[in-house]
Amino acid sequence: MTNEILIALGALGALGLLASLLLCLVAKKFNVFEDPRVGQVEEVLPGANCGGCGFPGCHGMADACVKAKDAANSLEGLLCPVGGNEVMGKVAGILGLEAGAAEPKVAVVRCNGNICARPKVAVFDGAKSCAVAAATFAGETGCAFGCLGLGDCVKACQFDAIRINPETGLPEVDEEKCVACGACAKACPKFVIELRKKSAMKSPMPKRVWVDCINKDKGAAARKACQNACIGCGKCQKVCKFEAITVENNVAFIDNEKCKACGMCVSECPTGAIHATEPVMIVVEKLKAKKEAEKKAAAEAAAAAKAAAEAAPKAEAAPQTEAPKAGE
Amino acid sequence: MKTFKLGGVHPAANKLSAGAPIQVAAVPDMVAIPMAQNLGAPSKAIVAKGDKVKVGTVIGEPGGFLSSFVHSSVSGTVDKVDVVEDATGKKVPAVFIKVEGDEWEETIDRSKDIVRDIKLDKQQIIDKVKEMGIVGMGGATFPTQVKLTPPPTAKPECVIINAVECEPYLTSDHSLMLAHAEEICIGVQILEKAMGVKKAYIGIEANKPDAIELMRKTAANGFPEIEIVPLQLKYPQGGEKQLINAVIGKEVPSGGLPIATGALVQNVGTAFAVYEAVQKNKPLIERIVTVTGKSVAKPGNFLTRIGVPVANLIEAVGGVPEDTGKIISGGPMMGKAMPDTNSYVVKGCSGILIMKNAEARRKEAGPCIRCGKCVHACPMGLQPNFLARYSELNLLDEAEEERIYDCIECGSCQFSCPANRPLLDWIRQGKPKVMGILRQRAAEAKAKADAEKAAKEAAAAK
Repeated sequence: MTNEILIALGALGALGLLASLLLCLVAKKFNVFEDPRVGQVEEVLPGANCGGCGFPGCHGMADACVKAKDAANSLEGLLCPVGGNEVMGKVAGILGLEAGAAEPKVAVVRCNGNICARPKVAVFDGAKSCAVAAATFAGETGCAFGCLGLGDCVKACQFDAIRINPETGLPEVDEEKCVACGACAKACPKFVIELRKKSAMKSPMPKRVWVDCINKDKGAAARKACQNACIGCGKCQKVCKFEAITVENNVAFIDNEKCKACGMCVSECPTGAIHATEPVMIVVEKLKAKKEAEKKAAAEAAAAAKAAAEAAPKAEAAPQTEAPKAGE
Repeated sequence: MKTFKLGGVHPAANKLSAGAPIQVAAVPDMVAIPMAQNLGAPSKAIVAKGDKVKVGTVIGEPGGFLSSFVHSSVSGTVDKVDVVEDATGKKVPAVFIKVEGDEWEETIDRSKDIVRDIKLDKQQIIDKVKEMGIVGMGGATFPTQVKLTPPPTAKPECVIINAVECEPYLTSDHSLMLAHAEEICIGVQILEKAMGVKKAYIGIEANKPDAIELMRKTAANGFPEIEIVPLQLKYPQGGEKQLINAVIGKEVPSGGLPIATGALVQNVGTAFAVYEAVQKNKPLIERIVTVTGKSVAKPGNFLTRIGVPVANLIEAVGGVPEDTGKIISGGPMMGKAMPDTNSYVVKGCSGILIMKNAEARRKEAGPCIRCGKCVHACPMGLQPNFLARYSELNLLDEAEEERIYDCIECGSCQFSCPANRPLLDWIRQGKPKVMGILRQRAAEAKAKADAEKAAKEAAAAK
């Protein structure tokens, strides 16, 4: 009886030893080395696997971070849009680097062709998808460039940050929820959505200015299709003090890096195609009011001068002193 | 009677303009000739504002290998080189020509005599076809010279002429056959010579008995190698692969070219254009366009210059009827709905179909009830229900496994779906993606093989 137990124990023990030896050998032989730092970095990443960083999931991103550290000793160009600077700081800490401060971004819909401004000329009743519509024809409105409004961006967003406003027929981005992963921008077949800096300057307030149109048609055609279209007149370019605006293919573009969100272009745009966030709009309103006043003053001055010219033969000196006063 | 084996549907034929004589459409004061009239790369405009052109003057050069020449269809002065809308509303470059008189290039033979002797040899025919800007007239507008130069491994055996016209409503090919039977037969002979074959079939659907009879009579009179094949009514018989299957019973291998069966398929309109190009030196500057629809008072077939505004043609049949829901460039099955009538007639425009409101709109799509009608209808033996779903969900590996690349986009699945599901809409999304992956894979494999070969040669040299 005891003998049998001993044999069984011995046999099992020997089998176990053999198996463990085999496992050891196999583990040695087929060992895939992975930098332990990759695991550590992955730990601090959010784990959403959204792909917003441009890598297939968080593991890919962690791997890229470690490789970037070894190759260039910096994390330049790498950003987890979900975690933002906080997470990138942690990653830099693990890898023994200084955390660079990437500025937070947000998805911006660059089309303002709402239902009123851009009347429909055709009806699309195919599959409810922007990709399908874009492959089928130019669009339901006269504008072949703008938003199709069928919501591929909404479907692509994993953070519930974008939705179609039924009143305008256009997508709206929830700034609080948007992590700038870029999924919507990739899903849009018309390339209407762009990732832009949350704020043009490093201010805590979201100060940004953008051209809310990408229509490349000539001015007249663009205006005919949509009242809110950029007609490429170039007024904004002239008024910009920071050389941030370029007009190419009949449409203006504001460079994120150079723009100081002064609001000059917004007040100048004849079609209202340039949009800005609330804090900038306050300045814009002031600018507009000032411009109105200047205009009024100029008109009054002209009228006064005219009156003066008429009155000149009769009495010379009197009206001239009054004109500038009216201007103020 | 013969037909293709797999699938197919039977849409109502509605050939309202059948038997209507060919009318010559008026030349307007201004034409706009788009530079993207063929499958593949668009052509490059080689004229500028102020240039004088005659009918047949070259105004556009091929923009690549898969591209073609474009000729002026009118005489006059180039007004501007700008953009116009194509049938889908997308902007394409075009040459605007202000019409002055009707002066033709001297090289074009405008006499009514039929020239039977084919003087050019194989290569000269292919060069001439290229020079005259001939493209597939069935609607796909594949540059004909490219099709006439198959890969060296192919062994051409016969020419099959597609005179099926299986699209409902359209009658342009039918009217062409009734008017120019002999020219078509000579065109077929030219194609035979270009391919180095001695046999040709002309496939015609049985709803055109007058055309079948006339073509038979003409072929019996000096064209012994041309056989007229009446075909049973079924859509999409005019599909290249379906026609080959119907006429000679062979099947194009999955992912392969139709020439693998030894058959070269050309549209009957192309055969006529080839005749005019080779025998009469006339470039492709006009075509027959069917303008039709149930609400149209007098549907008709119009011999139209390329670049005539579509609106003019609609005006010629009495303008857009009041109860119009959709205007389609082409037939109802594969044609494209036009967002407006601002486009211009191009080489591939076989018809303009005006649909009434009630018949134009799609019905609300419901859930798939797994009835399998689309599978039964598919002429390529595919499972459209799965393909559409895979495309919608971007499951490209699965779509590839189900051979999405074999889809000919005929729309039989969507036509037969009782739940009105937009099957083809989705399949058209997935197909180019899978094709792109396949092409990339082939390119990578080729690069790898080349690199290995080079390494081997280098090693051998050492």
